[in-house]
Amino acid sequence: MADKVFIALQNNSEAQAIIEAILEDNTNAIANESPGMVKIDCPGRLVVRRETVAEKMGREFDLQEIHINLISIGGNIDETDDEFVLSWNS
Amino acid sequence: MTIDLKTTSIDPVRRTFDHIAEKIGPDKNATRYQEAVWGLQPILNQHYRPTWDPSKTLYDTSRTVVVMEDFDDLIDPRQYYYGTWTIRRGKQQDSQENNFNFVESRRLMESVEAVWLDKIRRIVLPLRHVAWAANINNSYIAAYGFGGPVTSAAAFQMMDHLGIAQYITRIGLILADNDAGILADTKSLWVENAMWQLLRALMEEAMVTKDWFELHVLQNFLIDGMLYPLVFDRFDRVVTEHTGAAYSMMNEFTVEWFAEASRWVDGVMKRAVQESNENKVHIQRWVTAWTPRVQDALKPIADAAFEEEGGNAIDEISDLLTTRADKIGLDI
Repeated sequence: MADKVFIALQNNSEAQAIIEAILEDNTNAIANESPGMVKIDCPGRLVVRRETVAEKMGREFDLQEIHINLISIGGNIDETDDEFVLSWNS
Repeated sequence: MTIDLKTTSIDPVRRTFDHIAEKIGPDKNATRYQEAVWGLQPILNQHYRPTWDPSKTLYDTSRTVVVMEDFDDLIDPRQYYYGTWTIRRGKQQDSQENNFNFVESRRLMESVEAVWLDKIRRIVLPLRHVAWAANINNSYIAAYGFGGPVTSAAAFQMMDHLGIAQYITRIGLILADNDAGILADTKSLWVENAMWQLLRALMEEAMVTKDWFELHVLQNFLIDGMLYPLVFDRFDRVVTEHTGAAYSMMNEFTVEWFAEASRWVDGVMKRAVQESNENKVHIQRWVTAWTPRVQDALKPIADAAFEEEGGNAIDEISDLLTTRADKIGLDI
């Protein structure tokens, strides 16, 4: 499964906006809901875009805020102010 | 020996209230905002017509000519419901209070040149009356509007304007060393000085505008949309350049609030314009009719603030509004 990256977030109302944003920006991403957690799998590359999350939340969003609700990730991270990208370095 | 950990997931029977699920679909999680504002509007079982207007029911969609299939679609992009709004305003109040204390305890306004103090007194302080009128107008929208999202946001807008009126009052009291006489002087400026009469007439006309959506366009889009950039951006910048940085600190909330409230104002108008061409025609008609009135009313204030540059300032802030109107789908 080395071609797949994942991100797991707590399933609460704040993370809901992040989850929605991820599913909108990554068309191949699949969300799996477990009790209290949402794990999103995506082949190749998964991006969290600050702008999309801010729009879903209705307020400014700092990408570092993602860590409050972040449980786990699989993949190498490439982080800027505007994007949080997961992929495997080959 | 291997231990196989298994999780059992229990799917909830329902994810949200039925009336929310009807709007977003049964498989989606609703946001707190959606649960807080949708379906709030009383629609059924209104047995008696109000004695003050028997032609309509107590809550009636026909109090505006704008027609929506569902008024719950006029949502607030800021997603404010009582909880989120009070938390945000509480934080801003703390910070604003610190700014006032800072300016007062160090007597920073004393270092501002007298000519600029006088300009603040003549140009900014009478706006406490404008903010109060805006408070009344939004209270009208909240009372006679239809649908939880737009009426609750109008109630927040109403209280925000009251807050701004109080902050302006506070600036006046700081200028006058807590002598309340300055407020009486400000009122006579507002009531008697020729410079304010066009705006005062406009505010009073707004107060008797019956169509609540027209009032939203007039008050929140046109009047606020030109007045706030003119006074709290342009004029603020000029005062700051002339020894008045301390004054600018006291406007922190007002500036922040305007940027944020504009998103709501534009969002509601944009959604109504998208709904139908008839709505667009009505809203366009209001914008076309009121824009020159607002520009004329603000011209004397711009002249007092920027002297011969007044006309340019009005053109500049009209351009800002044109940009917003373009995004909404209107022409100015």
